[in-house]
Amino acid sequence: MKNKKSSGRTVLAHVVLIILAFLCLFFFYILIINATRSHAQLQLGFSALPGSSLVTNFKNVINDPAIPILRGVLNSLIVSGCCAAIVTYFSALTAYGIYAYDFRLKKAAFTFIMAILVMPTQVTALGFLRLITNMGMDDSLLPLIIPSIASPAVFYFMHSYMQSSLPKELIEAARIDGSHEFGTFNRIVLPIMKPAIAVQAIFTFVGSWNNYFIPALVITSKSKQTLPIMIATLRGADYMNFDMGKIYMMITIAIVPIIVIYLLLSKFIVEGVTLGGVKE
Amino acid sequence: MKNENRIKSVSYAKWGYIFILPFFLSYAIFSLIPLADTIRNSFYEYYAFGLKTVGPNWTGLSNYTSLLSSDLPKYAWNTFVMWILGFVPQIIVALVLASWFTDARLKIRGKQFFKVVIYLPNLIMASAFAMLFFALFSNAGPVNSILLRMGVVGEAIRFMESTLGARTLVGLMNFLMWFGNTTIMLMAAIMGINPSIFEAAELDGCTHLQKFFKITLPQIKPLLTYTLITSLIGGLQMFDVPQILTGGKGAPDRTTMTLIMYLNKHLQAKNYGIAGALSVFLFIISAILCWFVFKMNTDSDPDGSKSAAKRAKKGGKAQ
Repeated sequence: MKNKKSSGRTVLAHVVLIILAFLCLFFFYILIINATRSHAQLQLGFSALPGSSLVTNFKNVINDPAIPILRGVLNSLIVSGCCAAIVTYFSALTAYGIYAYDFRLKKAAFTFIMAILVMPTQVTALGFLRLITNMGMDDSLLPLIIPSIASPAVFYFMHSYMQSSLPKELIEAARIDGSHEFGTFNRIVLPIMKPAIAVQAIFTFVGSWNNYFIPALVITSKSKQTLPIMIATLRGADYMNFDMGKIYMMITIAIVPIIVIYLLLSKFIVEGVTLGGVKE
Repeated sequence: MKNENRIKSVSYAKWGYIFILPFFLSYAIFSLIPLADTIRNSFYEYYAFGLKTVGPNWTGLSNYTSLLSSDLPKYAWNTFVMWILGFVPQIIVALVLASWFTDARLKIRGKQFFKVVIYLPNLIMASAFAMLFFALFSNAGPVNSILLRMGVVGEAIRFMESTLGARTLVGLMNFLMWFGNTTIMLMAAIMGINPSIFEAAELDGCTHLQKFFKITLPQIKPLLTYTLITSLIGGLQMFDVPQILTGGKGAPDRTTMTLIMYLNKHLQAKNYGIAGALSVFLFIISAILCWFVFKMNTDSDPDGSKSAAKRAKKGGKAQ
């Protein structure tokens, strides 16, 4: 009796999971299939089997002067790569400053960062835009990168990680051996922080790769657009007259790199989600 | 000896300031100065009119009053409705999945596979995902093509031309993007519950439902509240998905226009005064939500038992 009941639950769980997994994968499956079909084939309606226009679509996309997608990929790579490096380094540095040293404003600094932990950047977008225009940084990739030095959430993650994995005796030992404070951070602390840095580098990279609101306001010239802005121009274009194969191909180019990175590192990423975000 | 120690700690304190300087410098320049400037602008008549700029002229609170008499309440309502449409299924599905995944008696095959798959949409570029949905759910798109061929519907459904359809699509996308993330967070919380509580309940003959409602739910309540608040903050920022899906128009009839889409519109049009007032409005809501998050993250004594014990101890001493 009991066995039967629990096997019924198992079946139900599997059915629900399969439906949800199908829902998650189905849209991406159509995307990839449609990216392989020509505009004429797409007009005929949906087919579950791939077409033969993958290369043609790809060539059409990269040769389109109206949307320089390769330039977009490059810009997105630059911004996301720099952000990932800057965010992890400076967040670890800030966390270390507060974790390892005693100074009068230590508690105030920590409290301040915790208070702004989830403050949306959108609320200061107006002042931010005016500021970077005054600084001559409008229509440049720099204002998409430099402000990430202050990333409260990543700081919090790094600080929690230090509390659990960075013994203060180690810092003391380094001092006795004559290590300079910066040297201690760069040569001893950073290597210990590697797992935390790797997780946060991935999340920052992805977040920056997908970021749309601020870049769309900052960037005005075509050659500096990042991928999400280009995707948005697709929507604004005369949609009816657009080659649908090209649209699917562009979306594929924008999201497939992230899917590939994710599948390669999935176990690591899924475990990383809870490393810092969870409250006891 | 004592003196030497003191000198040592003073000389190291300087490094603390040096290490945290870049963060605070960057935050002051790129967030605090813009915040002050945003608030200042909200009190000025300041907008672009064609190629000319009107203002800035001091107008006091008139930007705020004109904003409140605009469609702002409608956009706040839109944002809220679309957030609810995503959040309710998200939290229910996440709770169910998390309790299944952590149930040792339930033998789920390919647990790792399912975890990887449900988390996948969280990493997808929201704007590209919205563009994909726009193409898939268009009147002649693949979804309609499939439904027609299967005979589910007689004619193509015009998803994006009805308020319900467009809002549901936004809610569906938000749900798909976030339920995996929430599941994994809740799983970690459930695994943190002392297993002996469950064992005791099983000995007492608790059913699965009883265990879920009487043990799991109350135990993870702090994390559920945390998820609710952070999701509200995320919902307040809703932009990419409805912006791309509706081409910035909030179609049909601006019923999918969110608060940030409205802000974006004023920023693009260089209506600094109104955009400032709207930003201040959003800032106040965000600050309230931030305060809740702050309380939950820094409170080491959420149920008040520790401070009660302390008080009792103090009282004992005084007597």
